Amino acid sequence: MMNNLESISLIATYSAMAVYTLSFILFTIDLAGRASSTGQSAPTRWLRSAMALLIIGWAIHLAADVTRALSAHRVPWANMYEFGLTATLVMVGVFLALNLWRDVRFVGAFVSGFALLALGIVTVNFYVSVTPLPPALQDYWLVIHVCVAVLGTGFFATGAALSSAQLLQESREAGGLQTRSWQFLSAFPSAISLEALAYRILVIGFVFWTFTVIAGAIWAERAWGRYWGWDTKEVWAFIIWTLFAGYIHARATRGWRGRPAAILSLIGFGAVVFNYSIVNLFFKGLHVYSGL
Amino acid sequence: MQPIDLADTTSDFDSPDAPRKNRLTAPIRGPKLGPLEFIRWIWRVLTSMRTAIILLVLLALASVPGSLVPQRSSDPNGVSLFKDTNPELFKFYDSIQLFDTFTSVWFSSIYVLLFVSLIGCILPRTLHHWRILRAEPAEAPASWGRLPFRRLVPATGGVAAALTSAESTLRAAHYRVVRDDTSIRAEFGYLRETGNLVFHVSLVGILATLAAMGGYGWNGQRVIIEGQTFTNQLASYESFHPGSWFTEHQLVPYGVTLTKFVPTYTKDTVKDAWMPIDYTANLSVKDASGTRDAVLKVNEPLAIGDSQVYLLGNGYAPVITVRDAKGTVVFDQPVVFLSQDSNLTSVGVVKVPDGLSTQLGMQGFFYPSAVELDSGALASDNPEPTKPTVTFNVYTGDLGLDSGKTANIFQLPIDTMTQIAGRHTGIEVVLTPGDVFTLPGGLGSVEFSGLRRFIGVEIRHDATQLGVGISVLFMVAGLLASLGTRRRRVWIRVAGTARKPELEWGGMSRGDDPRMDAALDKLVERAHQTSPARVARA
Repeated sequence: MMNNLESISLIATYSAMAVYTLSFILFTIDLAGRASSTGQSAPTRWLRSAMALLIIGWAIHLAADVTRALSAHRVPWANMYEFGLTATLVMVGVFLALNLWRDVRFVGAFVSGFALLALGIVTVNFYVSVTPLPPALQDYWLVIHVCVAVLGTGFFATGAALSSAQLLQESREAGGLQTRSWQFLSAFPSAISLEALAYRILVIGFVFWTFTVIAGAIWAERAWGRYWGWDTKEVWAFIIWTLFAGYIHARATRGWRGRPAAILSLIGFGAVVFNYSIVNLFFKGLHVYSGL
Repeated sequence: MQPIDLADTTSDFDSPDAPRKNRLTAPIRGPKLGPLEFIRWIWRVLTSMRTAIILLVLLALASVPGSLVPQRSSDPNGVSLFKDTNPELFKFYDSIQLFDTFTSVWFSSIYVLLFVSLIGCILPRTLHHWRILRAEPAEAPASWGRLPFRRLVPATGGVAAALTSAESTLRAAHYRVVRDDTSIRAEFGYLRETGNLVFHVSLVGILATLAAMGGYGWNGQRVIIEGQTFTNQLASYESFHPGSWFTEHQLVPYGVTLTKFVPTYTKDTVKDAWMPIDYTANLSVKDASGTRDAVLKVNEPLAIGDSQVYLLGNGYAPVITVRDAKGTVVFDQPVVFLSQDSNLTSVGVVKVPDGLSTQLGMQGFFYPSAVELDSGALASDNPEPTKPTVTFNVYTGDLGLDSGKTANIFQLPIDTMTQIAGRHTGIEVVLTPGDVFTLPGGLGSVEFSGLRRFIGVEIRHDATQLGVGISVLFMVAGLLASLGTRRRRVWIRVAGTARKPELEWGGMSRGDDPRMDAALDKLVERAHQTSPARVARA
């Protein structure tokens, strides 16, 4: 049986998805508009409406997350559905906050599209009702460990969006992607600025991920008696950390800067998604908290 | 392993003798190398940034099999299952150490190379940074025109006063400053490289701790039934994994008695299933300092001596009493049954080797809250003992205990024994507490005489924790210091004419530093209380 708040949360989640959909459509129309014009035009009203809708969607999304937490009387990240719900919230939040500092609305279509896709998959496939926590999860380390993991994931996702834009822009600057459908890229910043931006976001993600691994190790020591045991989830946390360490080094190395570094960042984000989805669902290990 | 952006802007920043540049960009002519040059060449390749990146990616790649294939370290049962189902593939996998990924030759060689590369990089860099830390701020570049940020301000009140004001502003902003009559050079952000080096040295610290202290660790597993006392000695453990340098003297003598184990369950109304929400084990601990009560819970290990006790499992141990034909007790003890599902349906084995006219073995099923299904079979619908019931399949014959092999306490050699009661024999053995079953053939009787709970504990000593913990603290501090610090240089020289003197400020920053421009404005304004004029880059 669902309690009231829980059903409100679910309704809010679907509403947020609906608003994200509209926002995504407007972002796309904006990009298409730039493709047909010279591309250098100022932000259109489509873009402004898309941003407004994204903010409204995010507020509803936030409400969904908070009501979920209230109905469960605990942090909203104790199973796969809740992790997905909160991580997407953080991702869109990072994107919105980034706009206060610098205009990155050009990746809005990517962010809103990704948020929509992720929320849809998570809600349809991983939804579980609020249940009490098993003893192993009743610890304040759940709050810390998963919270930084959610933050890290949100930053990695935004960084991936910027890295993808950077790769496209780089191809265009090298003389490719000159057809009309790629015209919208001319409204994007240069590949170099995209790179610098992606780097800054990803470095923050890397710091959060470092904290995730450390907090996880401390918790594992308390719960399982060892701080590191190469459990499947630990293996993948290590892989992700190593890949982004590689990215940070690549970016400081001549010949690896630019495209190769961006590809590494995308591989790293691929590992994040893999760790969340495939490893949670199909791999055997101690982190069996999907709730499914 | 290299300061960010060393490659791009180093030509005029630290770099003339900065170690670890991209040495591989120089053409390499392999065949002409002598042995010494060859070693140097190998060293250069190994400590180059490119190699470090490739090794990092390789390390990530080499970890993947560790999550795909069951590992002996984390999932020994998975490994034996794999061996049973795929004996041929098992041999192949085992020959390339896929079941021991993280101690395998190939994984080890990658991280050893990575750490050699790392050490080969941080040693010269530390030396270099040490020199820079002791050196004065660098001289201004010969051509000011190349400086990315320049400002001009009138030196009202005289050159000396203006320079003094600039000097104190820079010092207040934590710049290292050198001043003479006509110029100032200042430098900031040494912490960036210091933090970076601390981060990398800490990584070596983690590995060194693991190598040095890992061998002193040990861990053992043990089941303790309510009322039982575990004494900390090698013979008391059911399984024990010593590190390579373990000696038995390391085991501090103490005793742990399980007085009561209290689980709490709640009904998940959605899934219609019982879920545990709390496990509490009440213990009595006796060590050199006396006897005390203690509580052991999941996530709350108990420290005794230099070891930690962890609560990992629990279940039921029905007390079984077996009497011979004359009524003399030949077996009377709680028997550990392993739970099979969330309602704690459990299986266990009773072995009575002595006292009866033949050896007796019983395969048991325990249901804490027995209900009869439509099929007639029993099941449990609650993990709490609302209607505890044991059923047995009873066998006589050789228990196989004398064969010398270590017998599994949860298995009976039923192929070579004779079943005398239980399933498919027409003689059902279904007991609730107090029930007595009379064995066929005048052998004796079996009583379900009581019910207790047990806990499974793991006891560990890990000598690496302190060293790794300290290293990780330094690692985080180094990472944050390095990422949060900007490396900046500021120079000031006198410009303008003798009648109308001006100060010219020049600044540069290494790498990504979008705020350098604004930071320079702020410095100049603070020093001269006036907005400076910008000078374009030549």
